[in-house]
Amino acid sequence: MNPLHIVVCGSVVPDPLQTLEPVTTAAGPELKNEMLLPAVLDPWAACSLYEAAHLAQLSSGSRVWLVCLGPKAKVQQAMMSLAQKAAFELVLLDGPAHGFADAHVTAEALAAAIAGLAGLDRTHLLLFGGWESASRGQGVTLQMVGERLGITDQFQGVDRIALGDDGSFEVIERVEGGKHLVSRCDGPPAVLGWATGERGEPRNDPQMGMKNMRVLLPALQKAAPVAVSAEGLKYEGVRVPTQQRQTRIVKDMSPEAIAQELLAWMQ
Amino acid sequence: MATVTPALQTESLRTLPGDPVRQIQWRFADRYDLQMLVQAVREVARGPVARLVAGGARQSHEWTPEKHALLEAFDASGITAAFLDVENGGYLEGPKNLALALIAFELAWVDAGAATASLAGCLALSPIHERGTPEQRAHYMKLCAPAAPGEDRKPWRGAFCLTEPLPYVGVDTGMLSGKVRIAEWKDGKEPLLQVEKRGRFITNMGFANFVTAAVDSGDQRISGSCVVILEETDPGIFDRGAVTRKLVHQLSSTSDPIFSLTVPASRIVGGYTVKDGCIVPNFSHSEIIEAVFRRTRVTVAIMTSAKLLSAVEPVVRYQRNRFRGAEQTTPGSVRHELGLQQREDALHRVVDLWAMGEASAALGFAAARAFDELDPLEKQKDAILAAEGINGGRAELKKLKSVWPAALEHLRRGSGIETPLVASRDVLEREAKQDALARYVLADAVAGVLCPAAKLWNTGLGANAMREALSLMGGYGITEDCPGFLAYKWMDAQLEATYEGPEAVQRRNLIVTMTHDLFLEQFRMWIPEMRKIASRRPGTGACELASAMRLWLWTYEHLRTATDAEGAKLYNSARQGVTFRLADALCWLLASRQQILDVMELDAKQAEAGDAEGTVAFLSDLCHVQAARAAGEAGRICAELVYGYNAHPSWDDPLHAGCFLSEELDAWESCAPGIAAYALDVLQPDGSHPEKAGPCAQCGENAGFQRLRNQLDLCLTGSQLAKDRAAKALAQVMIPAVPDYPR
Repeated sequence: MNPLHIVVCGSVVPDPLQTLEPVTTAAGPELKNEMLLPAVLDPWAACSLYEAAHLAQLSSGSRVWLVCLGPKAKVQQAMMSLAQKAAFELVLLDGPAHGFADAHVTAEALAAAIAGLAGLDRTHLLLFGGWESASRGQGVTLQMVGERLGITDQFQGVDRIALGDDGSFEVIERVEGGKHLVSRCDGPPAVLGWATGERGEPRNDPQMGMKNMRVLLPALQKAAPVAVSAEGLKYEGVRVPTQQRQTRIVKDMSPEAIAQELLAWMQ
Repeated sequence: MATVTPALQTESLRTLPGDPVRQIQWRFADRYDLQMLVQAVREVARGPVARLVAGGARQSHEWTPEKHALLEAFDASGITAAFLDVENGGYLEGPKNLALALIAFELAWVDAGAATASLAGCLALSPIHERGTPEQRAHYMKLCAPAAPGEDRKPWRGAFCLTEPLPYVGVDTGMLSGKVRIAEWKDGKEPLLQVEKRGRFITNMGFANFVTAAVDSGDQRISGSCVVILEETDPGIFDRGAVTRKLVHQLSSTSDPIFSLTVPASRIVGGYTVKDGCIVPNFSHSEIIEAVFRRTRVTVAIMTSAKLLSAVEPVVRYQRNRFRGAEQTTPGSVRHELGLQQREDALHRVVDLWAMGEASAALGFAAARAFDELDPLEKQKDAILAAEGINGGRAELKKLKSVWPAALEHLRRGSGIETPLVASRDVLEREAKQDALARYVLADAVAGVLCPAAKLWNTGLGANAMREALSLMGGYGITEDCPGFLAYKWMDAQLEATYEGPEAVQRRNLIVTMTHDLFLEQFRMWIPEMRKIASRRPGTGACELASAMRLWLWTYEHLRTATDAEGAKLYNSARQGVTFRLADALCWLLASRQQILDVMELDAKQAEAGDAEGTVAFLSDLCHVQAARAAGEAGRICAELVYGYNAHPSWDDPLHAGCFLSEELDAWESCAPGIAAYALDVLQPDGSHPEKAGPCAQCGENAGFQRLRNQLDLCLTGSQLAKDRAAKALAQVMIPAVPDYPR
């Protein structure tokens, strides 16, 4: 099996369990107290990182990079957990990570960083990331990074990749109606925007973390500041999706009747 | 009169303090190994542990397969190996006290029984770690290390067996009924020992592969007591015993085991020597447990701290949501948004709870760090003394006492002991050794106080505070459904106040260590330190605390020489009504001081914690609230001790001390009209007097105390304003949308 060079794009987002309240500031929309909230690697990107680490174990000589645009302090905190779950090299672009950044500018910064990775062989490149983001989810950044790097084989909503011995691979993507689309690709380079994948979140292992931190700490220290401006971008308004709560108390209703009612409601 | 007004604080708490804040406060911001450990433990605590508790696992006393699965989670997440040295399968370099404290904190945030289950293994190994021979250390530590990748073995688990059925060892660790005798001793061969021991409330017994058991000699050929290692496969009886029907810490396995086993003498922890045909253990059981408990008690203290801090978020959420969903409570209304937090009392009580939790954690982690500092110094001390042929006992005490002057000088200089510019190598070496020993005795003096203080104050007062926390949840608080498992935590806190030495034992330790000259000298230096902080940050209550510390010191010095109304000496170890209470007062002060120091650390490094200005302001207000409470408690106790042992003046006093005679007042009135109005205790010519217990007591020789007490009361100025500010912040702080456990 050919060695893979897998680059995972992903940033940190506020822990989804926190209260996420959009507010408008002079600098544009933000989440209230965003810089004070605990951060995690974007859950979709995290799925793709775990898949990448798994694939790298299957083919010797493979390398995994996590290219991350986010505030250094926040990324560093997220690494305390992430470093225990998977082995990777970190390239940190120290900049804003909130979900209201311009996807074009973000993609440009990420693509430039990837293009400059020492030792990256583009003929072995699989560009991974999330097809969604917990910060907002336009679902376009990864696609634009791929385009800037000239990668035209792109897959979104990926749940599985199966590598062939000849370097080709098979990708299973989510499509409408709860179905999957199976595609075959001759080989890298390709862009894969992951849905949830099939790997659960690995357990934390501090011993693995200690080992990984020897590589990650210098990368954190070397993080270069990146300006991501949102010039020309204007949001008319932002709000969290409204919740619908319709409670009705019933007694002695059969499961079939409940199912019928749910079905009727959905239709 | 010039006044100092705290700078106007515009920023206050916006979110609950997160990891970056805690890492700075508890001094592990530069330890990524510990930061990762925290994340790993948290994942286990809020995942498998919380799910077990929510699923009702605490309802059974038995050690079930579900509970046992936690041990595997501990192994996989690095919790088990955190105690071990790197050469024995561990991964953390250096002392482990802070690491173990962080593990205890994270697990006890959810369930302290899980924390106990993990730490009891360390407790079993601790006698071997602290006093075992190199061979014993290497053998058992490696056995207890989780299997490395590719290895096919199960790690050993241990239990520490000291406590025995009544009336034997419990509070008094000297009353051992467990016996060790010589079963067989052939010429040129290692002796075989017969160990008989019954244990009570022994943690980890449901699954332990080995036990470190304290036993006394039952044979003339064995001298004194010792700790022996028993293995489950040793010939004889290794009966795990009946499960203890405890109401607390049900995620740990506890039973009353019975052992009757034959083991080789090499199982005596720390080894032995043969003298005149007699086996002399190198360490008695008391020497071993002293070395063990002074460290492991810190982690118990931390368990209760975690409970208090973990209660804040569920209580705030409950208060805010209390009326939501009612027809009368429309979204956007004050009642909808603030719920119970509309009321000052609800907020003030949470502020008190939170302040107590902060102080408790501050004291506990300070104690853990003190032992991290002490451990390498102790090793250095042992090496220096061993090189001089001193191996414990009185010779060691004498040698260490000889460096006290150097240690005091060290303190006064405020820096390392200076060495002469021109000196021979011998002199330099001697001074380096002297320096190391001086540092050791200073660190030991502080650690010796912080450990019992944390164990006593955090757990005892913590249990009381948990009751308060529970009361803030109304009826919900005493249900199994209460978020944060608060009722369980309240019950657990009571156990933490008891095990590894109940409160009386901690007080007994404390009254010895707190009167050590080297501790008192350092305590004296902490008073100006607090004043200095106060001059920079007047809003922290540091000045008030300094006044309380000064009052405590005055009281101690007074009580050392004072006698009661019957002439009996006040400060002596048997008079626990005096000594124990002074120890209680000290604990309040130590916790408050450490809380202030932690916030000052955060203040100095707030840039590293992100946008922490508001957090610092809020935590400073909590310091002030706690300092006022600590000063109040210390002031009350000191006043009771200083005045309370004097006999109340009596109307029958033949000298009429403290009274005026009406005739003399009449005479004075003619010279100074109105003066009689100031006289309270006036005896009439017929001997009648005002109706009260007697003439009012005068401060007399305690005028110094009265002055300090008055100053202390005045120092409370501003403390309630701090409480109001903290309460206001509490009503506005953003909390997570949903609880983060069970996950």
